[in-house]
Amino acid sequence: MKMKYMLTAAMLTATGASAGVESLDPIKLTTHDWTGQIITTTIMGEVLKAAGYNIEYVQADYIAQFAGLKTGDLDVAMEIWETTGREAMDEAFATGNVVNMGETGMDAIEEWWYPAYMEEVCPGLPDWKAMNACAEAFSTPETAPLGRYLGGPVTWGGFDDERVEALGMDFEVVHAGTDAALFAELESAYQRKAPIVLWLYSPHWAPAKYEGKFVKFPDYSTECYNDPSVGMNPDAAYDCGKPTGPIWKVGWKGVAEKWPGAASAIGKFNISNDEMGALVSKVDLDGVSVDDAVAGWLDANKATWSGWIK
Amino acid sequence: MRVVRYITQPTRMFWLGLLLITWVLSSYSFSLYKALGARWIIKFPKKWEMPLADTISEAMKWLVEDASFGLFTFREFTRFISSIIEWPYQVVRSSLIEGFSTGQGQQAVEIAPALSWIAIIVVLVALARYAKDWRLASLVGLCFLYLAVFGQWESAMITLASILIAVPLGVAGGLTLGILSYRSALVERLLRPILDLMQTVPVFAYLVPILFLFGFGPVSALVATMIYAMPPMVRVSTVALQTVPAEVIEAGTMAGCTQHQMLWKVLIPTTMPTLMVGVNQVIMLSLNMVIIASMIGAGGLGYDVLTSLRRLDIGGGVEAGMAIVVMAIALDRLSQAFAKKTQDDLPKSGLSFVRRHPWLMTVGMIVVGLWLVGLLVPSLQSYPEGATLTTSTFWTETMKWINVNFFDIFEAIKTFFLTYLMIPIKRFFVGIPWVWGIIAISLAAWRVGGWKLGLMAGFMALFIASNGLWGKAMITVYLCGVSVLIASVIGIPLGVWAGQNERVNTVVGAFIDTLQTLPSFVYLIPVIMLFRVGDFSAMIAVVLYALAPAVRYAAHGIREVPSQMIEAGKVSGCTSWQMLWRIKLPMATPSLLLGLNQTIMLALSMLVITALVGTRDLGQEVYIALTKANTGRGVIAGLSVAFIAIIADRIISAMAQASRERLGLK
Repeated sequence: MKMKYMLTAAMLTATGASAGVESLDPIKLTTHDWTGQIITTTIMGEVLKAAGYNIEYVQADYIAQFAGLKTGDLDVAMEIWETTGREAMDEAFATGNVVNMGETGMDAIEEWWYPAYMEEVCPGLPDWKAMNACAEAFSTPETAPLGRYLGGPVTWGGFDDERVEALGMDFEVVHAGTDAALFAELESAYQRKAPIVLWLYSPHWAPAKYEGKFVKFPDYSTECYNDPSVGMNPDAAYDCGKPTGPIWKVGWKGVAEKWPGAASAIGKFNISNDEMGALVSKVDLDGVSVDDAVAGWLDANKATWSGWIK
Repeated sequence: MRVVRYITQPTRMFWLGLLLITWVLSSYSFSLYKALGARWIIKFPKKWEMPLADTISEAMKWLVEDASFGLFTFREFTRFISSIIEWPYQVVRSSLIEGFSTGQGQQAVEIAPALSWIAIIVVLVALARYAKDWRLASLVGLCFLYLAVFGQWESAMITLASILIAVPLGVAGGLTLGILSYRSALVERLLRPILDLMQTVPVFAYLVPILFLFGFGPVSALVATMIYAMPPMVRVSTVALQTVPAEVIEAGTMAGCTQHQMLWKVLIPTTMPTLMVGVNQVIMLSLNMVIIASMIGAGGLGYDVLTSLRRLDIGGGVEAGMAIVVMAIALDRLSQAFAKKTQDDLPKSGLSFVRRHPWLMTVGMIVVGLWLVGLLVPSLQSYPEGATLTTSTFWTETMKWINVNFFDIFEAIKTFFLTYLMIPIKRFFVGIPWVWGIIAISLAAWRVGGWKLGLMAGFMALFIASNGLWGKAMITVYLCGVSVLIASVIGIPLGVWAGQNERVNTVVGAFIDTLQTLPSFVYLIPVIMLFRVGDFSAMIAVVLYALAPAVRYAAHGIREVPSQMIEAGKVSGCTSWQMLWRIKLPMATPSLLLGLNQTIMLALSMLVITALVGTRDLGQEVYIALTKANTGRGVIAGLSVAFIAIIADRIISAMAQASRERLGLK
């Protein structure tokens, strides 16, 4: 908390911009339970503070926050992933009270992932057919002879049960309850160099910390998901990999009327997967606090963000 | 011959028959469905399912968006309450950690800094000395010093701020409801089922509606904490008021008390020690909620536990978790000391205010003094960051060592348990056709507690089935059943041992206290690392949490065996083994059953947390509803969990009652 105040004070003197904001009411940015999102939100918040706006960070659930965005209880959500938030976004946009504020510049990747040492056991990787051929190497006593694939929480969707069925894979899907459980298993297996294949996503610290690759499935297409006849299995949909897609910024419709300058800055916000990956690793692996990591980024990229608030 | 006589006793015939039919039906339900082509045998027909979940979601939507009292809407009303709670919360938070300022955001100007960390410790130590003695004072002081030294101070103060608001509000609300139900039998009867639900519906089920109504942020977390922590206060205060001796009330009447005077000058002071037990319960339950509250914006220690574990910083999680434990210990002992404190002699009235309150004055001077000095010396104001300790690396390395060296042993143990215990039990429960399941539970309840109980159990089971949750409910019963079984197998012998040996009692007591207050999330992650995602990990987490009542009630039951019974045993020459099996254990049966009851309740409440591991039971259903913000689905699944809890509770209470009567105890 204290760090943030100092940060702001320093930047105020640096830019001298505090006059000319449309409203001094705090803009409420939501934070969720993963580090990348908190960093994105803090960068945006600090930049807006430098422009003279007042910011409030509100912790809210990823999906439940839409109820708040509709009524203006909450103003801006900085990371809604195409891959997991599409349904909720569509529903919210339909009410007319929530608007899309553009891409963040980051692309979400979600796919089956294995650690590099598995390539010795199963040389054909990352091809999914090769992985399927050595499914037994991925088995545990509970699933043998089928391989064990650790999927994300049921709420993430992802159609893994359908994918296994459609591609005729010899794998059993086990769903973890939270992402913490997912990474706990990965950490444990990695320490013992034990077989594992699981759902990972990027940008995240895990692909940076552990050496490994995403499995290559047949390329995703909308038709593959919607039309059974498309793809290698003529009778089933989901016979392909998962979609990748942008991470969006979403906000209450009133933001643009109440704080036009801020709305334009939020619209211009842009950061790449690599930059974010580095920041996330700094926080989650090196133990740097979010505020320090963000302050470092702001110092190094002044030219970039001062363009957003012009 | 003896065996035959044993079995043909009518009571046993009934239970054996019930079990046998259930077992046969469970084993052959699938073949039966195939043979008859009747899928309804194993699955409740979709077209008969009640659309209750949607109705509830719609009702909620109406409540949030359209409901109105004419002058203002329902939402404005709840937001008004929300702002009333927020104000004192902000004041407490400012004085503990953030400092006071005017203006908002960057225009804010600090008027006064927060209290110094030393001052807060001094106040608590003084409170402890006032409540009891220097031993308690040093314990409380050490607990809070831990928070500062391990770098948890800031988070701990945020948690303390929400406790300081949630507890008084919970106590006041609980006391008010308690007084109302003391005065009116109707209120009491109406309140009882509501309290049952408040205690058994998993918190996750009502988080979403609370968020909608009270807004996003710490206030919603406070409201959820209050709902969770209030019921024991209502129960305790009702019972306390009802058991005030008639003479005391008569004395009040004779002295010409008005109703108001009677309540505040006679009843409340007489029941104070019992009421303080309720206050203690509210404090402990509020601390139990710290993790869940932090999921919806309470921040503080719970948030630290969650974020550290999310990046697999086990040490960080353990430290923040232990911070919750030490805070719980300090507040628990402190409130217990206040509960036992007898009123001192009134201070002599001739003295001046300062002389009458030496403690208050000394502490006040220290606080003000530190506050002034703290303006100049920052390390007095907030604990210097450089002086904090951390054990993080130690935990991570230990965990790695265990994982690399012992994983295979753990794997073997797990496979053994799964194959010979968990999977057979799971098959048994999941196989039971729902129609027979409803009949069987009604018959069992009728047999134990009469036709009313039978009817109630039947209706509750029907409710679960008709909402399409039968399968998930059976998985819940299986997971909970296995965990309770194992918790009892470990806990009851431990309790019996502790009940007979004072030294063992101290050690075991400290151990289970820690297990109960340490947020389960802290050990959930290491458990997953060693046992993978699955039912076995969930079972271990549930057993660890639900062990406490099994131990406690067993120890209590053994200790309370009347001494003349033990004397009688000694006189007739019992060996200590006979003494245990023939006298102590039978006499302790009612207490053991109560312990079983509590173990089941805790196991059920824990199942919701183990949904985070990845189970497929009702807990998961509640959790999915939470993450999808689906009010109706969450409430239905929550009610189903509550109904299972209520059925189990009523059946076991009836059994405990019967066994008390058999033993001739009241």
